[in-house]
Amino acid sequence: MTDPTPHSISHPLPDVAPDSDAVACCDLRKSFGSVRAVASLSFALRRGELLALLGPSGCGKTTALRLIAGLERPDDGVIRLGGRLVSGPSVFVPANRRRVGLVFQDYALFPHMTVEKNIAYGLAGRDDRRQRVAEMLTLVGLEGLGGRYPHALSGGQQQRVALARALAPQPDIVLLDEPFSNLDVALRRQVREEVQRILREAGVSAILVTHDQEEAMSLADRVGLMFDGTLHQLGTPRDLYERPASQRAALFMGAANLVPGQAHGAAARTALGEVRLIEPCQGAVEVVLRPENLALNGAEDGAAAVVVRQTYTGARQDVWVTLRDAPLTLHITCQAGVPWGVGQPVRVHADGVALAFPAAPDSD
Amino acid sequence: MTQRRFALVLLAVSLPLTALLLLPAGYLILRAGAVEPEQAIAYLTRPGTLRVVGRSLLLVITVAGATCAVAIPAAWLTVRSDLRGRRAWTVLLTMPLVIPSYVGALALVSMFGQRGMLQGWLAPLGVERLPSLYGFWGAWLALTLFSYPYVFLSVRAGLRGLDPALEEASATLGRSRLATLWHVTLRQLFPSITAGTLLVALYTLSDFGAVAIMQYNVFTRAIYQRLSLDLGLAALLSVVLIVLTAGLLVAVTLAERRRTYYTRRTPRSPRRVRLGRWQAAAQAFCGLIVLLALVAPVGVLAHWLINGLQHGETLRGVLAPLQRSLRAAGLAAAVSGLAALPFVFLQVRVPGPLTNLLARSAYLGYALPGVVVGLAFVFLGANVLHDLSIRFGRTDYRSLGLLIFAYTVRFLPQALGPARAGLLQVNPHLEESALTLGRSYPRALLSVTLPLMRSGVVAGVALVFLTTMKELPITLLLAPTGYDTLATRIWSASSEAFYARAAAPALILVAISALSLVYILEPDD
Repeated sequence: MTDPTPHSISHPLPDVAPDSDAVACCDLRKSFGSVRAVASLSFALRRGELLALLGPSGCGKTTALRLIAGLERPDDGVIRLGGRLVSGPSVFVPANRRRVGLVFQDYALFPHMTVEKNIAYGLAGRDDRRQRVAEMLTLVGLEGLGGRYPHALSGGQQQRVALARALAPQPDIVLLDEPFSNLDVALRRQVREEVQRILREAGVSAILVTHDQEEAMSLADRVGLMFDGTLHQLGTPRDLYERPASQRAALFMGAANLVPGQAHGAAARTALGEVRLIEPCQGAVEVVLRPENLALNGAEDGAAAVVVRQTYTGARQDVWVTLRDAPLTLHITCQAGVPWGVGQPVRVHADGVALAFPAAPDSD
Repeated sequence: MTQRRFALVLLAVSLPLTALLLLPAGYLILRAGAVEPEQAIAYLTRPGTLRVVGRSLLLVITVAGATCAVAIPAAWLTVRSDLRGRRAWTVLLTMPLVIPSYVGALALVSMFGQRGMLQGWLAPLGVERLPSLYGFWGAWLALTLFSYPYVFLSVRAGLRGLDPALEEASATLGRSRLATLWHVTLRQLFPSITAGTLLVALYTLSDFGAVAIMQYNVFTRAIYQRLSLDLGLAALLSVVLIVLTAGLLVAVTLAERRRTYYTRRTPRSPRRVRLGRWQAAAQAFCGLIVLLALVAPVGVLAHWLINGLQHGETLRGVLAPLQRSLRAAGLAAAVSGLAALPFVFLQVRVPGPLTNLLARSAYLGYALPGVVVGLAFVFLGANVLHDLSIRFGRTDYRSLGLLIFAYTVRFLPQALGPARAGLLQVNPHLEESALTLGRSYPRALLSVTLPLMRSGVVAGVALVFLTTMKELPITLLLAPTGYDTLATRIWSASSEAFYARAAAPALILVAISALSLVYILEPDD
């Protein structure tokens, strides 16, 4: 920032705008020493929306959450909560005045307080404290456990207490940091649905941080895919899966085969033959083919290949084949009905239309 | 108030605190530097000075060796063998730690000295004279007997942290039990042995009471004696001692670091070795140590107490010194506990070069033997405080406040360690949760962090209290005239060989120190 003019003069900022977004981040930046955690992050959370910030570990998603909560000071950028400026040049509203609920990955329940005391902690000075605690216990389905201490609860119960504690003061938004990573897999799906229900009932806007693509897609209204401290793509789960913005996004949003080819308008020529493209394109491309977009058959049409690996998961089977005429191994998902054996010659062909990206110049 | 602003407040508090903590040592070094270089070199290379250095090193090395010889087998027996009464032996073998070195030395002299009880018993058998206990052998015996528990506890912890799978692996690879003991067990124990032995060396180097009573002229005693003759030269000796102590401290820290790296707790308890026909010998070994280091000293003190009471001594005279000791130790403990908090918070919650430096300088007291702290304050008193107190109409710079200040400089580290450990156990997410739930940072600390780290703070305060109770040299040098404590009472009674009068205060000190075992012994075994 080299501009010497005082900010308030050059950009008059209205304090609160009606119908404003629950959260609006603009060009947020945060570094720790020489490590750039968040680099130019901008996005908006609509009221009542559940947004998932998805990305590999170290992509800056947790830092983004801590910036919004007011636990870290951004190096640069602006944060508004419900239109209220809480972080910007010469403005920093500390965490305790932001009305933001935060659920930590490790829940951070106060071990020396009962469940009730934990939930009541954010209600200091309110007359309806008892009533509110009771409401919260009902909301999260923990009636009768208010007198317990956190260590006497299961992981899923602790999670719900943490959520109840965050929701009790009626925050404008709730932030959840990897909320399900401490639960074992069997419990995760059930708790996920429960949390989704609770957030909907509370009618609160929420941001959820996760590295689990399936979790983000099944829970959130919209998913923000983060790489290297910036928002790579923001959209509905379907958008992200079907129309990824890049090869990298395609690979992160689920299994995908990147098949090299030559595009000529509405189709591309590949080792699998002609593949129809969603958007016309020219030149060297990589065609994104999800495992379910490929089909196997015994003898008829398609590219000749041989099965190199096969796994069976009950409802379906995953098959990996190597093409006979190209050094390419493809991942294919198909019905479990016909078992494909390793070494078996097969033919592969692509179904439907596919997305193509210009081939990276140094891709290997 | 945000965390950042609160940290600034703490910084503003801890900076002047650090200055106060560094003041005495700094002043001492300043004064030592003021000695003419030729004079300093002449003094330090004088045969008398070199003898002091030689004696100190001799004592440190021999005590370290002897404590290892006693403590390592004892630790192994109580952890890894089927020694009968392991739990009781562990407590008994740790107990000598609670006997202050000067109390133990006093008991040894009254027992084995030339006119002691043993000589009285042997006289009918025609033994006219026992060899003198004063000098090297007495100091060596006293320090060995009352400091070996440091090695014992450290090696025990090391043995308990060993992964039994490693020894089993050695056995499956065809090594004999003896080869396994040597190549696997002892090798892994080495860091624990080193750490314990270095603690003993530190204890020996900075001890004043035992060497003073045994009249063995090592650093601490030489400094104490120089005090009245030439302050500048005493300061010079002190600086040499500080350098040696600091060197040992660095070694202790490195050894500790290695120890935590090597050993780790495993849920599995190790296989115990059957002693078989060695059981009796093992019992005798442990029994002899406990007899010499615990039963005999306490027995002698009890004997003198009863003897005195029969000859008209009363216990009433002990009450006033006890009260003074309790008051001084209580104040020192409270001040240290409070002073520890800002350092610990800054070091743990706002890590950085500055806060780390501050916390480290608060640990300076570890490197300052009691005699040196006392000397530094005598210096300050004679040169600075004296004029000040006269201006305020007092004739003596010594006061309870100054005494507490000196205790705090010396013992603050003991409060810092446990408080830091307590805070490290508090997940910072708890504070942040409190923040997002609307509490200001100081309120979050008060309602969440402090209650959770309380046990650490309490342990540290208790430790300072107990060590202050039995502190000798600082009390001797700085207690105001007439401020007679248990420690000074024992000291003056011992210099007059008036054992009956020393017995009651000594037994009280031992009993109070025994409370510290609660914090030293691990609960499970």
